[in-house]
Amino acid sequence: MNPLWLMLLILVPLVGAMIIAFGSGKNAYRDALFASLASLVPAVAALMEFDFTHAGHYQGQWSVSWLEPLGLKLSLGVDSVALLLILLSVLLGPVCVLASKTAITDNRKLYYAWLLVLQSAMVGVFCARDLLLFYICFEFTLLPMFILIRMFGSTNRVAASTKFFLYTFTGSLVTLAGLVYVVKFAAERNGVWSLDIGTLTTAASYMSPKEQAWVLGAMLAGFAVKVPLFPVHTWLPLAHTEAPTAGSVILAGVLLKLGTYGIYRFAIPMAPVAFTEHAPTIAVLAIIGIIYAGLICWVQDDIKKLVAYSSVSHLGFCVLGLTALNANGLSGSVLYMLSHGFSTGGLFLMIGFMYERYHTRDMRKVGGLASKMPVWAFFMVFFTMASVGLPGLNGFPSELLCLISAFQADGSWTAAGEPGAAGVTLGPWYAAVAGTGMVVAAMYLLIMVGRICFGPKIEPEGHHHHEVLPDDLNAREIVTLLPLAVGCLAFGLFPGLLLGAIEEPVNDTVRLVEASHELSGPHAMADSASTAAEGVRP
Amino acid sequence: MIEKLPQIWPELLLFLTTCVVMLTGQWPSAPIRRLTPWLAAVGLIAAGGASIGAPAGDGLFPGMMVYAKVLTAIVGLMMLPLLAGTVDRELEAQSARGVPFQPIRSNGAEFYAFFLFSLTGLMLVSSADDLIWLFLALELTSLPTYIMVTISTQTTRSQEAGIKYFFLGALGAAIFLYGFALLYGASGTTNIPEMAAYFRAEGLGPIGLLGVLVSLIGVSFKVAAVPMHFYTPDVYQGAASPVSAMLAFVPKTAGFLAIFMVAGVAGWGEDQRLPAEVDAMLWIMAALTMTVGNVLALIQSSVKRMMAYSSVAHSGYMLVGVLAGPGAEGSPFWRNGLAAVLFYLLCYGVMNLGVFAVLASLERKGEEADDIDDIRGLVKTQPVLGWTMVICSLSLLGFPPLLGFIGKVGLFTSGVASGNIPLVIILGINSAIAAFYYLRLVAAAYLEPASDTGFRPSPYLSRQFAGLLSAGGVIALLFAGSGLIKAADNASRIAPPDGVAVPAKHHDAGHTTPAEPAHGHASQPHG
Repeated sequence: MNPLWLMLLILVPLVGAMIIAFGSGKNAYRDALFASLASLVPAVAALMEFDFTHAGHYQGQWSVSWLEPLGLKLSLGVDSVALLLILLSVLLGPVCVLASKTAITDNRKLYYAWLLVLQSAMVGVFCARDLLLFYICFEFTLLPMFILIRMFGSTNRVAASTKFFLYTFTGSLVTLAGLVYVVKFAAERNGVWSLDIGTLTTAASYMSPKEQAWVLGAMLAGFAVKVPLFPVHTWLPLAHTEAPTAGSVILAGVLLKLGTYGIYRFAIPMAPVAFTEHAPTIAVLAIIGIIYAGLICWVQDDIKKLVAYSSVSHLGFCVLGLTALNANGLSGSVLYMLSHGFSTGGLFLMIGFMYERYHTRDMRKVGGLASKMPVWAFFMVFFTMASVGLPGLNGFPSELLCLISAFQADGSWTAAGEPGAAGVTLGPWYAAVAGTGMVVAAMYLLIMVGRICFGPKIEPEGHHHHEVLPDDLNAREIVTLLPLAVGCLAFGLFPGLLLGAIEEPVNDTVRLVEASHELSGPHAMADSASTAAEGVRP
Repeated sequence: MIEKLPQIWPELLLFLTTCVVMLTGQWPSAPIRRLTPWLAAVGLIAAGGASIGAPAGDGLFPGMMVYAKVLTAIVGLMMLPLLAGTVDRELEAQSARGVPFQPIRSNGAEFYAFFLFSLTGLMLVSSADDLIWLFLALELTSLPTYIMVTISTQTTRSQEAGIKYFFLGALGAAIFLYGFALLYGASGTTNIPEMAAYFRAEGLGPIGLLGVLVSLIGVSFKVAAVPMHFYTPDVYQGAASPVSAMLAFVPKTAGFLAIFMVAGVAGWGEDQRLPAEVDAMLWIMAALTMTVGNVLALIQSSVKRMMAYSSVAHSGYMLVGVLAGPGAEGSPFWRNGLAAVLFYLLCYGVMNLGVFAVLASLERKGEEADDIDDIRGLVKTQPVLGWTMVICSLSLLGFPPLLGFIGKVGLFTSGVASGNIPLVIILGINSAIAAFYYLRLVAAAYLEPASDTGFRPSPYLSRQFAGLLSAGGVIALLFAGSGLIKAADNASRIAPPDGVAVPAKHHDAGHTTPAEPAHGHASQPHG
């Protein structure tokens, strides 16, 4: 694959942002739409050129030194997991721009410019092959999102944006300490200071279990906040509720996945033994999150807050799949990262469209909209079903895989799914308790859709027709929703395609975890020079 | 003494410029008076240029001179445009209207001269190889700043600030002088490399240890570290912004160079850690300095006080690098805490300047901007100043990929590599606390709507230029940083111990108190 495509994926939105920032601001929307559509071109090209028969290999690799004494390089490359997440981020670009046309009326320049910068940063996170570059992009996503919430959010936006920034920033700095420790360990082991993620991953699995436990703890400090995992999830409902619609879509669609991606890409391969050991604890936190957040959803009147908490609940399944550490779990989890953005992103769009018309998110003040807005209600029901996990839609296969994997990881199956002894012990209880989360989800989501679409018709007092928008969805809004709806269907009907694409990298990770159990411990400390030389694989 | 001459050419050139500046600043003819800052710039450029070719020093850090002097010259040059119009404005306006110039009422000459004196002192600190030299150089750095604070505005607040600064400064000087005396008593020499060699051979001993600890506490005044940080908010707020910007860089850099030398005398031992007691004290100082600085900065509404406390906090960050030390012989940059500090000093000098430049560039009836409300909506009303504020605040926050982040990475890696992980975690958490108040600056300048507060750009446009230089530096150094990091790495290497006479011999041959290692420690203070 030509590395040019990856560079273009980062540069096109950036150039678009520049043009908007230095332009007059009149055409900000049009330019942003153009830039976000233009970045689909390199995305499609990358997808076409990507060699899926070697999906676990990093393709399109490119590297140039930036700050040499620090070892910082601009180094890019993607495997199929990263590529698919990049595609998700790029696809959400035009959706977000389209969704904002009438919602954002002031300061458009600022809004669209930072929206595009955010897209670049997200792509940067997924294609970085240099640890510091990854961290730079990972952190940089905070600033655009902070600005989007702070400037364009609703009433409580100052508190929400500050809380969002501080929670994630604090966690990430601890993560940085953990990552730097890995780099130091690798440097002492290999004799070369390198920030290359591949080199670091190879070297890191030689760390003693105790070191791994500390590194894992440090990494989780940042990644768990981002996911967010119970009990550090409290920033998310606030940020989601206050963010503008497009902000919520990106937050749910991609930014939360940076946390699970971080766990998948760094925490598991770099601290495999510790992760295996502590997987049950993390799984318990994930399950608490699933059920606790689900119960909170049940009593929400604020529809946006409801969907926000449902995000916390859903990502619990995603983390549960990761903690199972077997092929089913990891593929289910990666699948979840991809598909969750479609259904929850869709729900946020629906709420955004409703909010533009009624200026309230309170289900006590607005409801029973199916008669007035049939098209809106159709999509609302559709995305709700996708979110519930109706078979045939996207939520089902990934949620099922995550649950099955937890069931399988009962210590009598190897990670590859064959009977035998293995490290992680989650077992049927974990799966059963987490499974009740699906029931809870069905309840709160169906209650929500029942109230907002089919209950007695309520409209807020003094409600007028929107100046521009019709009662029901207009063509632009339907076009905005279509890619997400098609995605939900495709993911639900043909999950095998995606599962096939991510099979190789996922299996590589599983094998790495299995191999680490033989490497770690006191043997690793005293291993021969020949294994040390292996670690220096370029 | 004469053999030192080639090493201190930069200082001599700067001193010469100081004398010239003192004359031209009083000159009856206005065009010549206006030459004063230009002459100062020429002097700084000459001094910086001369230091590039200077031979290695005789001190503990032979390579430090070049780096520190070039750094001083660069940041000094960036500060010069900011100083424009700080003093003598009414007088200049009067003489422009034809009133004869009254040299006796002017203090423009002193202002620039003291500025250069202070920079000369800083350069001298970097070439110090003797405790007495170090003490004198440190005082030469500080004394002019007391006066600069006092004369920087016409308000009584400046006078109060100057008095506070002077008395606490004198207290700090007395404390570290006492520490130096103890060090001399323990080792029998004032020569720093010899003293280090002596302590390496004979061990620190109780008196030597006390000397190191007391000196470090005394010097912590210069860097505004706990427990000698109390003056910062009042002094920074009382002084005019250009002078505050200078206070945050010049004495701090001098203080850190002195801390390097004192810590180097105690020595980073075989395990590359300072002696346990010194390590423990610096550890506590670092943790407290960061935390106190950041927590108190949180509750300020005056930007200058906020920046004062943030200056305290940044000193705490840099102490992490001091604790890590230079690492073993030949260890790379990421292990070298001192190099990280030297590079961070540059980063801090550059990015901190921008915030003060913005404050100095806004005025209302001759009064500078200070409150956070004064910078609301600045990006819309004054794009250059606004963006300077945004970029420099984000960089001070340590937001990737800006300069402050790159600087902090060095502190992080050296801290982790030296095994000081708890302190690195404290550093991380503190950076997050700092994010809260720096974000307030960013949000006020960039995201909040402008309201007319009556503040207008200062007629001295060169102040805006200083801000532009600072913001540009924050970006440009991201690309030119490699060379500077390498230079900082070279600068922080400790002279190899061979070739330095262990002073025990020196005593036998010399006239000072003979120090028999067996009973020497107890008897020396009396001798």
